[in-house]
Amino acid sequence: MHDDTTRSLSFSALRRRGFLAATGVGALTLAGCGGSGSGSDDGAGDGAPKKGGRLRAAFAGGGASETLDPHLANLFADAARAKALFDKLADYGADLSAVPRLAAKWESNTALDRWQVTLREAAFHDGRPVTAKDVLYSYRRIADPKQAFRAKASLEPIDLDASRATGERSVEFVLKRPTAEFPNILAAFGAYIVPDGATEFDKAPVGSGPFRFVSFAPGRSAVFRRYDDHWEGAPHLDEIEFLVANEESARVNALLGGQIEYAHELNPTTARAHEDKGQIEIVRLRGSAMQAFCMKTDRPPFDDPRVRQALFLIADRQELVDGALSGAGEVGNDLFGKGYQYYADGLPQREQDLGKARALLKQAGAEDLRVTLDTSAVAAGFTEAAGIFRDQAKKAGVTVEVRMGSKDSYWSDILDQGTLCCYRSGAMPIEAHISQRLLTDSSTNATRWRHKDFDAQYQQAQSTRDPAERAAVYERMQRRLYSEGGFLVWGFADWIIGTGRQVKGVETDAPANTLDWARFDKVWLA
Amino acid sequence: MSGPRSFVARRLLLGVAQTVAVVLLVFALTEALPGDAAVALAGDQPDPARIAAIREAMKLDRPAWERLADWTAGLLHGDLGTSLVSGRPVSLYLADAFGPTLLLASLTVLLLVPAGFGLGVLAARHAGRPVDRLISSVTLAVYAVPEFALGVLLVTVFALRLGWLPPTAVGYGTDLAAHPAALVLPVLVLLSRPVCSLVRLVRAGMIDALASPYVAQARRYGVSGARIRYTHALPNALAPAAQQLARTVDWLLCGVVVVEALFVIPGLGTVLLGAVAERDVPVVQGLAVVFGVVTVVLNLGADLVAHRLAPRAGVAA
Repeated sequence: MHDDTTRSLSFSALRRRGFLAATGVGALTLAGCGGSGSGSDDGAGDGAPKKGGRLRAAFAGGGASETLDPHLANLFADAARAKALFDKLADYGADLSAVPRLAAKWESNTALDRWQVTLREAAFHDGRPVTAKDVLYSYRRIADPKQAFRAKASLEPIDLDASRATGERSVEFVLKRPTAEFPNILAAFGAYIVPDGATEFDKAPVGSGPFRFVSFAPGRSAVFRRYDDHWEGAPHLDEIEFLVANEESARVNALLGGQIEYAHELNPTTARAHEDKGQIEIVRLRGSAMQAFCMKTDRPPFDDPRVRQALFLIADRQELVDGALSGAGEVGNDLFGKGYQYYADGLPQREQDLGKARALLKQAGAEDLRVTLDTSAVAAGFTEAAGIFRDQAKKAGVTVEVRMGSKDSYWSDILDQGTLCCYRSGAMPIEAHISQRLLTDSSTNATRWRHKDFDAQYQQAQSTRDPAERAAVYERMQRRLYSEGGFLVWGFADWIIGTGRQVKGVETDAPANTLDWARFDKVWLA
Repeated sequence: MSGPRSFVARRLLLGVAQTVAVVLLVFALTEALPGDAAVALAGDQPDPARIAAIREAMKLDRPAWERLADWTAGLLHGDLGTSLVSGRPVSLYLADAFGPTLLLASLTVLLLVPAGFGLGVLAARHAGRPVDRLISSVTLAVYAVPEFALGVLLVTVFALRLGWLPPTAVGYGTDLAAHPAALVLPVLVLLSRPVCSLVRLVRAGMIDALASPYVAQARRYGVSGARIRYTHALPNALAPAAQQLARTVDWLLCGVVVVEALFVIPGLGTVLLGAVAERDVPVVQGLAVVFGVVTVVLNLGADLVAHRLAPRAGVAA
C-alpha cells in the first residue's frame, strides 16, 4: 500500500462535523443568466471599510487529512479556504441563482445545448492571465473518470470532449442535452478554476481568488495574504488565517477570549446566551439547512400517498423548530428551498391536523401504523427531532420506533434501507435538489421518488428558454411534491456565526454555501 | 530465579506479541465498523457510483487480508504506510501530533510526581489527623469531577472571567512551548485526576509500610524516623505507585481526547479521533503500533522500577 500513493489522489477530510457544507451543491442547475456583480458590498451601517489587519477564523471539521485542493472541497472549512484562494466561473447569490464571477457573461443557442462563456480579465497569483485553457483543464480534471471529485456529478451535462476554447477568453461548452440552468453548473460546489496543469495544491497553490497562499498546516492553520490584483479589487484585510477547532465550546471560548475574530457554526443555545450582550456579534444566516423526514415512496407503508399525507398532517412544525433547532430557524412547508429562486411560496402553510391524519390512515387501512424512524447524531437536532415526532405521531395513533444509526455511515445507510429517516440538506438551487434527489436516475434519491412524468417535466423545464415559463413548470412540479412527495420538510435551520465586535462587513443574507457566506474579501476590522 | 536480563527479554518478547495483537485487533475492529473510508468520505452525498470510484481509488476494493499484508510488509521496512484520505505518510501524522502530546505529558508528569508523592507522604505521616482528612477529602472530590467539566470551569473562571490565561491554544499550532500561558489550564486539567489517585496510593502504601514488621524492627534498632520513612518505608510504598504512574503516563502519551478538543491542541488523541471517523485504517493502525509500543515500554519500565524498589514483591506492597 505504501508504494501506491503516487497514483492515489488525496481525499479531503470529511468529518462528521461541519458536514452539511458539503450538502452537495451539485448537479445540473438552474437560474437564468445574468445576475449582478457580487451583490454584497459592505454591510449597511458598518461605516467605511478600513484597510489592513489579520482576521483569524475558526471552523469545525478539517483534521490532519485536510487539503487545499479546491476540487476536493467537502467541508465548510474546505469551501471557505477554497473561495479565498480560487474563483469559480459563477457562484450562488442569496436566492441560489447564479451570479457571474470569472465568467463575465454567458449566452446559449436557441436549443440551450451550446453555451458561449466569456471570461473577464483576471490573473492568477503568479501573474498569468486566466484563460479558456485553464477553464477546460479544471473542468476536465474534475470530470476525470478515474477520480471521484465531488463536482463531477454537477458537470455531467457538459460534453467536455466536444467543448473547446474559441478564443483566449472564451469557451464554447457543448452539452449532452438542453440545460436551461447551465449557469448553475458553473457555480457548482467545488467547480473552481485552477491553472492549466496544476496537480499539487498543498505546497504553494496558485489561484485567482482574493487571497494568495502563505502557509498551510493541515488540521491546524492556513494563512493567506491579500492579493492586490484581484479582478474584483483587493480585499480589505491584509491577512486571513483559517484555524481548526472542532469543539464548539472551544470556538466560542477562543472568540470570547479574543484569540479569534470569527467563529463558524455555533449552537443556538450559545447564540442566545451571547446575543446582544455586547461581547460578540451573532450573525444568523437564514435558510441555510433544510430539515426533513424522508419517506421511502416505493415501499409500504409509504407507497400509499394517503399515508404520506397523514404524516404531513401529524407534524407540528413549530414544535419541531422550537425543540430540535432551539428555535433557530423557521417552519417548512414540505418543499425544499424556502426563499430560493423558483420556490413555490403561494402554497398554503401546512398545519398539524390530527383528525384528518387519522381519517387518511383509516382510508389507507393503516390505523395501527407502526414505523421505524432512522436517526443518528450525525447532525445537530436529528435525535431531538426524532423524539419529538415520535410523540406527535402517538397522538394520531401512529407508533414510531426511533432507531439510532452510526454517525459515520448514516447517509449511505439511509439511502436504500428503512422506510422513514431524518434528513437535512444545505443550500443548493431547487433544480439541483430535484436533479440529485427526485429523478428516476438521481444518484441520491432517498425518497425513491421515481415517476416518468415528473422526469419529463424536469426535462421540459430544462428545455424552456423563458424564465417565467420555466418557473411555471417548477411550480407544477413543486405542487405535486407538496401534495404527495416523500420529503416532510418541517423546517429550515439558521446557520449561526459569531464574530468579534470589530469585525465589519459580514453579509447576513447569505445561506451557507452561497457566494457571500464565509467570504472574507469584503470583511474588515474596525 | 531468573536474572533481570532474562526478565527484560521475556517482557520485551511479550510486549512485541501484545503490540501485534493490538494491531490485529484494531484492524479487525476498524473493519467491523459500519461503512468504510469511501462511505465516510462520501458523507451526505452517498452516490453509489461515487463511493465505488473512491473505493477503487483508495484500493479498498481489495480483500482486507491483502491490505493488511501490504501494510505489514511496509511496517517491517519501517514504513507505516500512507493515509487513505490525504495520501500523506502516516509517519508525518504521528510526527506532527506527537510534539504537543509529549510536551503536555512531560509537563504533567513533571508536576505530578512531586505533588503526588509529597502529598501522599504528608497525608500518611498525619494519618487520621486533620491534614490527612483534608488531603483525602479534597483528592476524592476532585477525582470525581470529569475532565470536561473541570476544563470548562477553569476556562470560564481563569480565562474568560479573570482574563489571566488564554482560553484555548487555537492558532499556536504545534509550537506550544512558545506559548506557556496556553499550557497552564490544559496541564491543570490533566493533573487533576492522576494527582488524586497517586496521592491516595502513596498514602495507603506508606501507612501499610509504616505499620509493617520491618519498620517496627528498624525502630527497635533505633533508626531515626526520617530515615525509616524515606529509605525503608517509602521505596516499598512507591512500588504500586510506580505502576500507577506508568499507566498515567501511558494515558497521557496516547492522547487525551477531551483535553485536546477543549483546548484545541492538535495531539495524538485528535488524530486518532479523526482517523477512526474517516475509517482511515492505515493511520489508525499506525497509532495502534505507537500506542502499543509506548504501553509496553512504560509497563516494562514500571516493572523494573518496582522490582528495584521492592525486590521481594509482596512485602508491604
